[in-house]
Amino acid sequence: MKLGYYPGCTLKTKAKNLEDSAIESMKALGIELIELDRWNCCGAVYSLADDDLVHILAPVRDLIRARDQGFDKVVVLCSMCYNTLARANLLMREDEVKRDALNNFMEEENDYKGEVEVVHYLEVLRDEIGWDKLAEMVKNPLTDWKIAPYYGCTLTRPATISIDEGLSHTIFDDFIKAIGAESVSWDEAETCCGSYQIIANPEAASKTVSMIVTSAKAKAADILALSCPLCEYNVGRRQADLLSEDSDPLPTFYFTQLLAMALGLDDKVSRMELNTPQARDWLKAKELVSEAV
Amino acid sequence: MPIEISLKTVDREITRKIKEISGEPLTKCMQCGTCSGLCPMEESGDISPRGLIHLVNLGQKDLVIKAEFSWLCASCYRCELRCPRGLDIPKIVEAIRLLKLRLNEDYVKPFEIEEERIYELPQIAMVSSFRKHTA
Ligand code: SF4
Ligand code: SF4
Repeated sequence: MKLGYYPGCTLKTKAKNLEDSAIESMKALGIELIELDRWNCCGAVYSLADDDLVHILAPVRDLIRARDQGFDKVVVLCSMCYNTLARANLLMREDEVKRDALNNFMEEENDYKGEVEVVHYLEVLRDEIGWDKLAEMVKNPLTDWKIAPYYGCTLTRPATISIDEGLSHTIFDDFIKAIGAESVSWDEAETCCGSYQIIANPEAASKTVSMIVTSAKAKAADILALSCPLCEYNVGRRQADLLSEDSDPLPTFYFTQLLAMALGLDDKVSRMELNTPQARDWLKAKELVSEAV
Repeated sequence: MPIEISLKTVDREITRKIKEISGEPLTKCMQCGTCSGLCPMEESGDISPRGLIHLVNLGQKDLVIKAEFSWLCASCYRCELRCPRGLDIPKIVEAIRLLKLRLNEDYVKPFEIEEERIYELPQIAMVSSFRKHTA
C-alpha cells in the first residue's frame, strides 16, 4: 500500500529521528509513505481569527498538492502540522463561503473541496494495520518498559479533528500495549507543554513542563513517548532548565523510535544521536545502543 | 480588582470588535470559571481567561488591552473542550491579541532571540511564536 506523506519543516532538520524511524517502520509494516513532490510550511498554527483567510492558504495548498498527486489520504507525523492541516481541511469541507473565497483567490489551482483525508500516523497504525496485527509483527517486544503516552494538545483538540473519539482517549495507550510495553495511566497526558510560549514566556512554559514531568515520574514511568517536535523540545530538552541536579531526568522518545525498536529495525533508523542526553543515557543503561551514540 | 464602570471607561466598540474578529458570541459567557480552572497558563497570568472575557463583555477597553494574559494563552484548547456555553475561548483570546498586533507592534522581537536558542529551537516553535506574537 502507498500513502501520501506530508513531512513539514521540522522533520527535515531537528526531528529527522521522527521522520526516519517513521518511514522505515511503515515500510517494515508493508506501507510505503510517499513524500509529496511539492509542499510548503503549513504555518504551524491554525489561524483562529474569523476575518483572516490568508493564513489558511498555506495548509490548503499542501492539500491541493496531495490531491493533484493522486492521493486520497495524506499522512502527517508532526502533531502541529496535523492540527493545522486537519483544521484547514475541515474548513474547506464545511464552510462554503470561505471555501469559495479561498478557491477564487487561488485561481491557478483547480477548486478544492476537502477531497483529501488528513490522517495522523497513529491512525494509520490503528485503521490500516490494527493493533493485533501490529502486535504480531513485533519482534522485540518492549517488555517491562513503563511508557507514559503523551498526547499533548494538538492531536486531540479541538474535538472536531481529534484522532480518537470521545473525551478519554486510548489510541496512544493501545499503541504502547501493541509494542509489548506497559502503558502508564497518568494525569497530565493531555496537558499543554507550553507550546510556542517557550520563546516569549519560558517561565510559564516551564511551570507546565514541570507538572508534566512530576506527574509521569509519580506514576513510575520510565520514559515518555510523544509525537510532536515542540513537545519534545519543551518537555525533553528544556527539562534540564527545571530539574535540580539530584533529580533523575525523564527520557523522551518519539513513538516511532519505539516502534522501530520493537520491530527489530537497525538502530540507525532511529537517529538516537538527535535525542536528549537523558534518552541516550537510558538506552545505554539498557544496553540498547552502542557507546558511539 | 475593583473596576470602574462609567461612561468614561465603557467602550462598547471593543466588545463588538472582539466579537467580529473571533466570530464568537462571547456575551453568552456565564462566568462559571470552568475555563480558568483548566487553563495551564492561568497561574502565570495577571488575569484568568474568565476574567478577561468579563472585561471584554463589560467594554473595559483599557484593561483588556493592558491584560498580559492574552499573550500567555497557548491556544491549547483545553478550556474549549469543557466550556458549558460552547465558546471557543482561544479564538476570543486570539482576537484580543490581534487587536494589539494589528497596530503593528510586535510582542516578540525575532532579532532579540539568543543565537544559541535559534540553533536549538525546532522550526515549528519559531513559526508558531512569530504567528502568534508578531504583527
Ligand atoms: S467556561 Fe465558558 S461560560 Fe464558563 S467562564 Fe469560561 S468562557 Fe465563560
Ligand atoms: S486555550 Fe488558552 S485560555 Fe484556554 S486553557 Fe489553553 S492556554 Fe488557557
